Amino acid sequence: MPTKIEKDALTGTDTTGHEWDGLKELNTPLPKWWLYVMYATIAFSLVWVILYPAFPIRGATGVTGWIAREAVMQDVAAANERMAPMLNRIREATPQQIAADPDLRAFAMAGGRIAFANNCAGCHGAGGQGAQGGFPSLADDDWIWGGSYDAILQTIRHGIRAGESDEERTSMMPRFVADGVLTVPQVNDVAAYVASLGGSTDDAAAVERGKPLYADNCASCHGENAEGNRDVGAPRLNDRIWLHGGDRHAIARFIANPRMGVMPAWGGRLDPATMNMLAVYVHALGGGEN
Amino acid sequence: MNDVTARAKLSPAGGSPPPDQPLYANRQKVYPKAVSGPVRRAKWAVLVVCLALYYLLPWIRWDRGPGAPDQAVLVDMTHGRLYFFFFEIWPQEVYFLTGLLILGAIALFAATSLFGRVWCGFACPQTVWTDLFMWVERKIQGDRNERMRLDKAPWTAMKWRKKVLTHAAWLAIAMATGGAWIMYFNDAIELWPKFFTGQAGAGVYLFFWLFTGTTYLLAGWAREQVCTYMCPWPRFQAAMLDENSLVVSYRAWRGEPRGKAKAEGIGDCVDCMACVNVCPTGIDIRDGQQLECIGCGLCIDACDDIMGKLGRPKGLIAFETLKNIAASEGATRSMSPCAARTEAGMGVRHVPNFIRARTIIYAGVLAAVVAVMLGAWLLRQEVTLAVLRDRAPLYVRLADGGVRNAYTLKIANKTRDAGTLTLALESHAPLTLSIQEAPEAGPNRFTVNTRADGLTEWRALATLPPGARMRESTEITFRLLDARGRTVARTDSVFLAPHEEHRR
Repeated sequence: MPTKIEKDALTGTDTTGHEWDGLKELNTPLPKWWLYVMYATIAFSLVWVILYPAFPIRGATGVTGWIAREAVMQDVAAANERMAPMLNRIREATPQQIAADPDLRAFAMAGGRIAFANNCAGCHGAGGQGAQGGFPSLADDDWIWGGSYDAILQTIRHGIRAGESDEERTSMMPRFVADGVLTVPQVNDVAAYVASLGGSTDDAAAVERGKPLYADNCASCHGENAEGNRDVGAPRLNDRIWLHGGDRHAIARFIANPRMGVMPAWGGRLDPATMNMLAVYVHALGGGEN
Repeated sequence: MNDVTARAKLSPAGGSPPPDQPLYANRQKVYPKAVSGPVRRAKWAVLVVCLALYYLLPWIRWDRGPGAPDQAVLVDMTHGRLYFFFFEIWPQEVYFLTGLLILGAIALFAATSLFGRVWCGFACPQTVWTDLFMWVERKIQGDRNERMRLDKAPWTAMKWRKKVLTHAAWLAIAMATGGAWIMYFNDAIELWPKFFTGQAGAGVYLFFWLFTGTTYLLAGWAREQVCTYMCPWPRFQAAMLDENSLVVSYRAWRGEPRGKAKAEGIGDCVDCMACVNVCPTGIDIRDGQQLECIGCGLCIDACDDIMGKLGRPKGLIAFETLKNIAASEGATRSMSPCAARTEAGMGVRHVPNFIRARTIIYAGVLAAVVAVMLGAWLLRQEVTLAVLRDRAPLYVRLADGGVRNAYTLKIANKTRDAGTLTLALESHAPLTLSIQEAPEAGPNRFTVNTRADGLTEWRALATLPPGARMRESTEITFRLLDARGRTVARTDSVFLAPHEEHRR
């Protein structure tokens, strides 16, 4: 409660008359225009509320009808229009042609990176590193279905075992134990042999027993020397890259009851230009073949 | 119970209800009087130089060869380049600009500790444009007294004419100011015909009107209110001043007691109010140091003029240190006003001490920043190599058991010539470099093209053969070599491999 206004001895300024525990407040009036600036901001906000959506209520759109989503869509449309000439060229070209042209390549790498992050990274990892358990690395030099531009594009477009495209890549490895083709000890022996191809040998006798079993049961798809067969998507077994684990037990488990990987066909989902960019990008991750 | 009795009951015993007091004050309009003298001349000189630089700089040409803008000072937002005569920086080198701002700030501190608020009084854009606007106002509406009369006068045709003319002239200057601003961000010679035919971009017009509006408002209307209420500098400049700084001061020991020129026993101040009348912020310097004083020194010119006419020594108001003021005051305390008092007071003055801890520190910091910036500029590479190591995956295991790391290399060529360089990988480990799109030029060497004033990007793969023994992390170096084998740029990175046990 203001009581008594005094003149402060030191500054010659009036006090407001407020006093708290002996402390008195000087009255140094604010310039009036400052107050008017505040009124102006209030007036501005009122105009804003009328013109633009300001309340989280359905229908409170403001008289201009401006909608943030539409503004974004306009920006996106403008960006698409800017990109259209480049995308048209990429749509018409083959991945090889794109890779050979520095401008197209730079554009495809940038676009491919985004498309990969949006569509592929969920399974194959942000950098195409893949994951154990059926998600192949795209950055290494081992390909199940082929690592040329054409093979990569084919895989992207038609998918693998997804049942979405007539031209999809498909094959099936028998369930050797579940289907009664091999017994469990036999599978263990084959697994020992296969593991030895990748360089780990700890049971020479089992390897010896597994070798003929491999020739009878596996070589037709995976090859005499376990070099694999990309026509049927049979992975190479004589290298250090294992999709489902490379130790003897993991291999045995897989032979007994294989799990076949599935990849969707992107042909119906992505624009051909996007798929071309993806092919160029994936090819450049490290493992691209000619 | 009505309000009056309620209020009386709540008031402490014996207390009367407080009178209404204003919490908001009207602005007291300032009518600065024209003045002439050495300080005013110095201010005009600074004003002309600053404004000439500001308005004309965008029109100066500087040949940078074909394909490059030929404007000497240009901030090219679209292409991300800043040009300043022979100097050109890319966005990642914006620290040069930061350094310049730091330099400006420290120079401001140093100047303030030496000479008080010289920046405020002489070179601040607010002061320069306000000075210009006041000059226009004076030319159209007359000097202080005429303007005061005009403002009080009824709105006649003559008053309308003068006021409209003043504001039109202010707006014209403001538009020239806004118009000059946008020229720094666009090629001035290309832009101005487009600007006048309405073909320039929306951003150009936005900034034109923004700077036109702020110039008109701040220099025409707000003026000293900006310095007193908006600007943070007056609030902390007191921390940079000390008793050794040369600041605009009134020698009270000589001037007081003030009174009529012919009166007996009074000091040199004749209370003519000349110093108050010329002050652009409308204060009385005789009240001592105060926040509103911008240190422009116009009161010095005004007072010296009066002192000269009265035949008294000049310098009743002067750039003087507070230390000297105190010394003079001490020496003359017991003396009554007379010429001898003035002499005695002036006699005990010391030469201002410009070399003191504060100024030495500011000078040291200033020199250090200059040295760092000069060093950065001299060591600035025209071709740079950035190495971005792939982090996902950290490494890739190959079919034969080898290990591979991938790197994205970005070669920025800041020169105007596209050239061919050799990229080399150096390492103690038996690594093999491969770049898909570049031709090989020897073991672990590739020929890479650069783009004039542009960026080229390469994906480099470094491979460790199977069985090679190597630590989990090995330092490697990418080096760019010119045709004569000299290093143009080098950047270090690392090669990562799995732990030995997992590297079968």
